[in-house]
Amino acid sequence: MLLSAKDIVKAFRAGERAYPVLFGVNLTLREGEVVALLGRSGGGKSTLLRILAGLILPDAGEVRFKGKRVEGPVEGMAMVFQTFALFPWLTVLDNVALGLEARGIPKRERLERAREAIALIGLRGFEEAFPKELSGGMRQRVGFARALVVEPEVLLLDEAFSALDPLTAEGLRGDFLDLWLSGRISTKAVLMVTHNIEEAVALADRALILEGSPARIGREIRIPLPHPRDPSNPQFRALVDQIYEALTPREEVERRLEEELLRLPDARVGALMSLAEAIARLGGRADLPLLAEEEGLEVDDLFPLLEALELLGFARVEKGDVELTPAGVAWAEASLEERKVMFAEHLLRRIPLFARLHRALLERRRVPEGWVLNRLKEHLPEPEAKRVLSVLLEWGRYAGLLAYHEGSRMLHLPHPSR
Amino acid sequence: MALTRIPERPNRHDLLALLLTLGLLALFLEASRETVGPFHPNPISLDPLKLPEYTLRTAFRMGVAFLLSTLFTLVYAPLAAKTRLEPFLISLLDILQSVPILGFLAATAGAFAALFPGRALGYELAAIFAVFTSQAWNMAFSFYQSLKTLPRELDEAATLFRLSPWQRFFRLELPFALPGLVWNAMMSMSGGWFFVVASEAIAVGKTQVQLPGIGSYLATAIAQGDGRAVLLASLSMLAAILAYDQLLFRPLVAWSQRFKYEERPGTEPTRSWVLDLLRRTHTLRGIAEAAFSWALEALFQLERRRPPRRLILPQWVLVLPLLLLGGIGAFILWRQLQPLGWLEVARVFLLGFFTFLRVMGVLLLATAIWVPAGILLGLRPRVAQRVEALLQLLAAFPVNLLYPLLALFLLRHHFSLEVFSAFLMALGTQWYILFNAVAGSMALPEDLKEAARSFGLKGLTLWRRLLLPGTFPHILTGLITASGGTWNAAIVAEVVQWGSLTLQATGLGSYIARWTLEEGQGPHLLLGIAVMSLYVVAINRFVWRRLYRLAEEKFRF
Repeated sequence: MLLSAKDIVKAFRAGERAYPVLFGVNLTLREGEVVALLGRSGGGKSTLLRILAGLILPDAGEVRFKGKRVEGPVEGMAMVFQTFALFPWLTVLDNVALGLEARGIPKRERLERAREAIALIGLRGFEEAFPKELSGGMRQRVGFARALVVEPEVLLLDEAFSALDPLTAEGLRGDFLDLWLSGRISTKAVLMVTHNIEEAVALADRALILEGSPARIGREIRIPLPHPRDPSNPQFRALVDQIYEALTPREEVERRLEEELLRLPDARVGALMSLAEAIARLGGRADLPLLAEEEGLEVDDLFPLLEALELLGFARVEKGDVELTPAGVAWAEASLEERKVMFAEHLLRRIPLFARLHRALLERRRVPEGWVLNRLKEHLPEPEAKRVLSVLLEWGRYAGLLAYHEGSRMLHLPHPSR
Repeated sequence: MALTRIPERPNRHDLLALLLTLGLLALFLEASRETVGPFHPNPISLDPLKLPEYTLRTAFRMGVAFLLSTLFTLVYAPLAAKTRLEPFLISLLDILQSVPILGFLAATAGAFAALFPGRALGYELAAIFAVFTSQAWNMAFSFYQSLKTLPRELDEAATLFRLSPWQRFFRLELPFALPGLVWNAMMSMSGGWFFVVASEAIAVGKTQVQLPGIGSYLATAIAQGDGRAVLLASLSMLAAILAYDQLLFRPLVAWSQRFKYEERPGTEPTRSWVLDLLRRTHTLRGIAEAAFSWALEALFQLERRRPPRRLILPQWVLVLPLLLLGGIGAFILWRQLQPLGWLEVARVFLLGFFTFLRVMGVLLLATAIWVPAGILLGLRPRVAQRVEALLQLLAAFPVNLLYPLLALFLLRHHFSLEVFSAFLMALGTQWYILFNAVAGSMALPEDLKEAARSFGLKGLTLWRRLLLPGTFPHILTGLITASGGTWNAAIVAEVVQWGSLTLQATGLGSYIARWTLEEGQGPHLLLGIAVMSLYVVAINRFVWRRLYRLAEEKFRF
């Protein structure tokens, strides 16, 4: 066992209140495996990765690397960042050599080793270039070279491919996989955080799903496919579907219903409409991975939309598929004006929070934004409360149920003429 | 080891660069020779042949002050950013920034002179100190800001790769801060000329001290009514400013561009012939690079061998002396001010209000004129970039040199200084408003301008909907800078002399200026300075900072 985390608890403090992010997270990383960590955006994946790396300390629980307790960054682990995190004022060579410089390795030797790492990752000839002269894919290659040159036993990938366009990402993924399989690098285990399910299935031996809030490891899905893996292979597809299903917000929605639907998902009305239209086009029922591809959406963008459709009673998600309800079909096919009216109806009927806000507006005609925010803050952390408020405003304005005055920060009923 | 990488054959650029460097060094030594010698209060000679020497002396003072400010910045900002003293150090900086430096000139000159009796060094130091105080706070703030806003991912990468403190400083913090720091240094330097000129001719009690320099040359020329000398001095001043710009700041700005973390598309990079020359040199560049890399390597090795001990002091060790010092300060202040009586305090506040009206009034006027002009200019980037260089020159020119001439003009035409001192105050500081309006207008996103064009936005609507809101944050920055400078200028602008005639406006500036001249009237001076600082701090807190927050929230792209 190379790396293990036991009963990790982490909360972020804002003012006097603490908002739990992780609670009771356990995981192990063994020699010779690639593990993918999946979960909703803002679900604590990155936080967990940073705790494992020693960048953040957990509130409770412990991380052990080769049996020794991790209390800060340790030799033997390296990370590749989503945004590359290259130093723009250093050349490719100096960027790669940085980790070696930190270890006090003499200049000649570290430049030598940096050159080797650069050649290994396919960047020979770019040693003297500055990062800004490189394309995104090449920059991330520098990121990999910089991590690999310190010969880490555990390599942490923080969404390492998600800032790249799909084709470039695939190329880099393939090259990295070849390096890993060939055993030419010292790395003994890889832990990757991703929101790309295909990527997880293509690279990992196991996928861990973070779920709930605060998050814990929910399910573990083994991916026992031999390399090279073919994305069109039925077994590959089945695993993708299985992970989609595991990530599907079934449990989430039920819990939210109990909480009087406080945490409204982050869904723009425009996106909701085009998604409903897309599902209708596909015959009222669609496979989630297919739908994501069709709409050009990432999982992180897709789930809040699905959740919103479900909350409003326009769709139902089951076993990795989404199906429009009769109301949903009608909504998707209605004219723009009719859509508004239907949306308003469903909003009032299905979302108690909104119904309450509407009642308050009918009684008082005007409600200060701060009043609503304070109500929300009794149940939600401040940033979350603000987010929910903005969703409320957007949905309510679209439905024609409320208007908002920016200057006085007041919510009021829309003018009757409209 | 690294020295083997130096190419052995120098090229012609090497020769040129070497000459340039040695020449500058010689000038520097020449200027410093007299500084440490004994003080002979020679009367300033109006002989044009003496002018180059005077110019050199003034430029030398600026250079030393600039070096000191840089040193101060490199020490103070990390202390503020990384220790528990942070809130205190930052408040202190904020207050220091608000203290009117010119009010202190006489006091500091006296103090420094007492340190080195009979030597020029004391007065020189006082002049240098005046310039230092006009630069250091700004630069330290800029560096502190950068240290606090390091990009998160780079910070994490540095932590993860376990960079040592010095490695972190040289690989992450300093490079990231450099562009902002250089830009700020250049701006502070241009403000500094004002102070160096003002501090060359100081009256300490009854002694009139004249340090050889352009400021005192011009003062003498004006006193003797020598028009040719005034012109010559102004020209040498411009030459000195130009030399600093071309030889120091332009290369620095051009060089620091490679440290920019995010590049704004569309802005043309600054170029500098000096930097191009240095880049083309063979041997010099090799030596410089090798020396730098060798020094860094040595420092990191040393650090590895002797890791710095983390110094952890209990809180009270730091807080107690500060409290004590603060207490003593407050007591002395009270002792000094108490005999003056409340009436005097109230009077000074009233005087401050008059000056406040002048400052705000003239800033509003300058805004009304320069903001539209600046925005229009910024919409034509080609022209703007050329004009900007000229504007920087104008902004750096110490207008206080010309106050006496303007006083004569006012006198001739029977204009009252009560009103027109406001214009004198803003003469030098108005450019900041124009500068920032130009910069803001140039930074307007291209797509917004295109959208406005395609919707046919014109006239008042265009200004109200796009140009003014879009440039608001920049304009505010300009106003804040201008406001600080204008308060300071009040001290020299509310009292103006021409020959034996003295014009005076009712205000806090003239109050401070008057008590500076009277010996043994420390309490009045102290009161004046304290009240002015209060005004500046209060305006910063209650006006500028609020507007700034508004700008941050509403008008950022």
